[in-house]
Amino acid sequence: MSDHHPTGFTRWLYTTNHKDIGSMYLWFSFIMFLIGGAMAMVIRAELYQPGLQFVDPNFFNQMTTMHGLIMVFGAVMPSMVGLANWLIPMMIGAPDMALPRMNNWSFWILPFAFTLLLSSLFMEGGAPNFGWTFYAPLSTTFGPPSTDFFILGVHMMGISSIMGAINVIVTVFNMRAPGMTLMKMPLFVWTWLITAFLLIMVMPVLAGTVTMMLTDRHFGTSFFDAAGGGDPVMFQHIFWFFGHPEVYIMILPAFGVVSEIIPTFSRKKLFGYSSMVYATASIALLSFIVWAHHMFAVGMPVAGELFFMIATMLIAVPTGVKVFNWVATMWQGALTFETPMLFSIAFVILFTIGGFSGVMLAMAPVDFQYHDTYFVVAHFHYVLFPGAIFGTTAAVYYWLPKWAGKMYNETAGKIHFWLSMIFVNLTFFPMHFSGLAGMPRRIPDYNMMFADFNMWASIGAFGLGLTQVYFLVIVLLTLKNGKTAEQKQWEGASGLEWDAMPSPAPYHTFSTPPKID
Amino acid sequence: MAIRRKLIAGIASLLSIVLSGVVQAATDMNMRPGVTETSNAAYDLHMMVIWVMVAISVVVFGAMIYSFIFHRKSKNYKPATFHHSTKVEMIWTAIPIIILIYLTIPAVKLLIKMEDASNSEMSIQVTGSQWKWHYKYLEHDVEFFSELDRSLTITDENYLLEVDNALVVPVETKVRFLVTASDVIHSWWVPDLAVKKDAIPGFINETWTAIPADQAGKTFRGQCTELCGKDHGFMPVVVKVLSKEDFKAWVAQKDQERLAAEKAAAEAAAQSWDMDKLMAMGKEVYDSKCAQCHQASGLGIPPAFPALKGSPIALGPVDAHINIVVNGKSGTGMAAYGPQLTDAELAAVITYERNAWENNTGDKVQPADIQAFKAGN
Repeated sequence: MSDHHPTGFTRWLYTTNHKDIGSMYLWFSFIMFLIGGAMAMVIRAELYQPGLQFVDPNFFNQMTTMHGLIMVFGAVMPSMVGLANWLIPMMIGAPDMALPRMNNWSFWILPFAFTLLLSSLFMEGGAPNFGWTFYAPLSTTFGPPSTDFFILGVHMMGISSIMGAINVIVTVFNMRAPGMTLMKMPLFVWTWLITAFLLIMVMPVLAGTVTMMLTDRHFGTSFFDAAGGGDPVMFQHIFWFFGHPEVYIMILPAFGVVSEIIPTFSRKKLFGYSSMVYATASIALLSFIVWAHHMFAVGMPVAGELFFMIATMLIAVPTGVKVFNWVATMWQGALTFETPMLFSIAFVILFTIGGFSGVMLAMAPVDFQYHDTYFVVAHFHYVLFPGAIFGTTAAVYYWLPKWAGKMYNETAGKIHFWLSMIFVNLTFFPMHFSGLAGMPRRIPDYNMMFADFNMWASIGAFGLGLTQVYFLVIVLLTLKNGKTAEQKQWEGASGLEWDAMPSPAPYHTFSTPPKID
Repeated sequence: MAIRRKLIAGIASLLSIVLSGVVQAATDMNMRPGVTETSNAAYDLHMMVIWVMVAISVVVFGAMIYSFIFHRKSKNYKPATFHHSTKVEMIWTAIPIIILIYLTIPAVKLLIKMEDASNSEMSIQVTGSQWKWHYKYLEHDVEFFSELDRSLTITDENYLLEVDNALVVPVETKVRFLVTASDVIHSWWVPDLAVKKDAIPGFINETWTAIPADQAGKTFRGQCTELCGKDHGFMPVVVKVLSKEDFKAWVAQKDQERLAAEKAAAEAAAQSWDMDKLMAMGKEVYDSKCAQCHQASGLGIPPAFPALKGSPIALGPVDAHINIVVNGKSGTGMAAYGPQLTDAELAAVITYERNAWENNTGDKVQPADIQAFKAGN
């Protein structure tokens, strides 16, 4: 079979190939990761010690806002879509995604959406400065003029995500090779299928939220303005109805990734495959009925607070099942510790720590003490950085030999892992303490009593940032002169992508469907 | 043997040193128990969850670490082939449910108690605005604004946690706070009282505290905990606790101060002020109240905070200028300063804005003008 593909810039602009589009998503998300990371460096530099040293409070707010938006919508979500594009067709024996032209479009929207969003930094009045949660009325009546660019940008990202999700669902339901029943699919495909449903459910809600903001700002409506009969709390309900499933959108595909990697390096099948599928589905369903745990301080009725507290704590059950299953997979396996495995193990441990603080935050009477402090910042960074981002990093190390046909340098990978592991904890663990000591989030200056924790967090953050640049170097060196990878690079690996195609995966795979027994 | 015993003793003493350090550090790193019954209950619940989580960590991470050490390929360990067990999976679904029920029961009880503000003995309305708090004692004729004390520097113990006028509450009294806001959402938090409630424009939220008698004379500090714009990090909450008698005396003193201020304002309004006096007082007021947004240079931070230098308001009709300062401008950060400043201060600051930074209109605004404006309003 010839492996012909077009060349030059138009290859990338016109491509409908899932592998090309997957690569573009991954590179795009990494660029966004570095930009969002640079903003985090500005934040940590300012917070290195008390006093205002580098930026004024308004710019500081722009940095926290843009850091959040870029990381959530620009880095984590597209990286997961990139993995889906590369892996789902190869894992289910499909020649490509079901809707390849839409696939091209859903990627190419993103650079424009983020150019719009980032351009707001250079506008009069600056970029959005109301936090990535953009609570009304701070973002509506009081928002800077660039808020409209933010709204349009969010609309475009939403369209891109919805199209990506539709593509995943249609592909999984229609393009599986004969014999690839749903319960034979790799867990990564399952977690992405469920994620895609979450995306389709909640991205339109986000679009509705920003549209209501737009009409409040310019067309005389008062959805979120109490003075006109509206309700600022309703904004938060609608936002978090999107926002809570959103956090699972960011983490479920990473669950899928480690569920592929841990069995490989344990040389043992995944423990409790079907309970993993059911647990993922349960987490997804529960994610729709817990949103108001972000809002315990808004003055809900006690009955509401009780409902959301108990529903939230229930999520610990399916999440616990997943963690136990991963541990049971390793139990009595024959373990080796290559870089993808190290990142996956760190994922399980550190995500569990993030889960613990999640249970603490779920308990409403104590949440009054944690809410909107650095404790929350510590919590969600523990589930996002060593969670979603370690998951993606593990995936890149694991499948890079298959994607590029080149093997990374194992020593370099391990150095990257250990530096990330040390710095991620140095950055985010002290934030638990500053939060418990009473430091609110999103403040540019603070009392001396928070100084030590902030200094450690800043040192950790600078190290963590540099370490991710090192990751870029490792990947580039691998692509340039990595050793040739074998078809089945990992001894314990299984799945169509390892068994049914050489490394690197040819431009076109499964033009005739494979046979699955 | 002796060497081993020495080694063990050495390790033990080292461990005890490390442990005592950890315990000491842990108190600095942990949540403060606070001073009220509810804050202590919240702290106890917090510690209970932490210990449950520690116990779970020991089991789960312990199993993982055991695997890392003993089930490695390098030890020629042969992998097992099991990949599911309905019994085990049932057990580890059931155990978390039991643990969660164990945690939920005290949490539900405490939550119901914390949210019950009934039978309060006194009420204080707390209003957040960009970037200060306003306190109004509903049973007394006392109200005032509370703003960051900007004279403190980084080395001061209460840097960013000190205000010009602290909220004052009596001990052994169930005090109800009615929390609201006049522009964007703020959140009123005092960690030591375990009270945090969002201040939302258009809503009045209820919360409460009751401080024990032995806390009289103490001061508790917190901060705004909802992003509310540029100076979100600069609007602390300070609560001073007094004994019941001292509180009565404080209210009486506040009454005196109010009467004296009214008298002084009337006197000031009766006389005509010269330009130098207006400008001197105006600069003082401007620097403390206006410069945060409009900047000392009068150039502002457009477009959110427009420049006053050469602005159509400062150069235009005097009445429109008085109106915007006294009544504020809705939908912007411009608060209504009518209730916050005396007539003399308002007159002075408006005069200052019309003549500073080469605005040079030559207009003098007298306290009497402000009085006339308010009367006609």
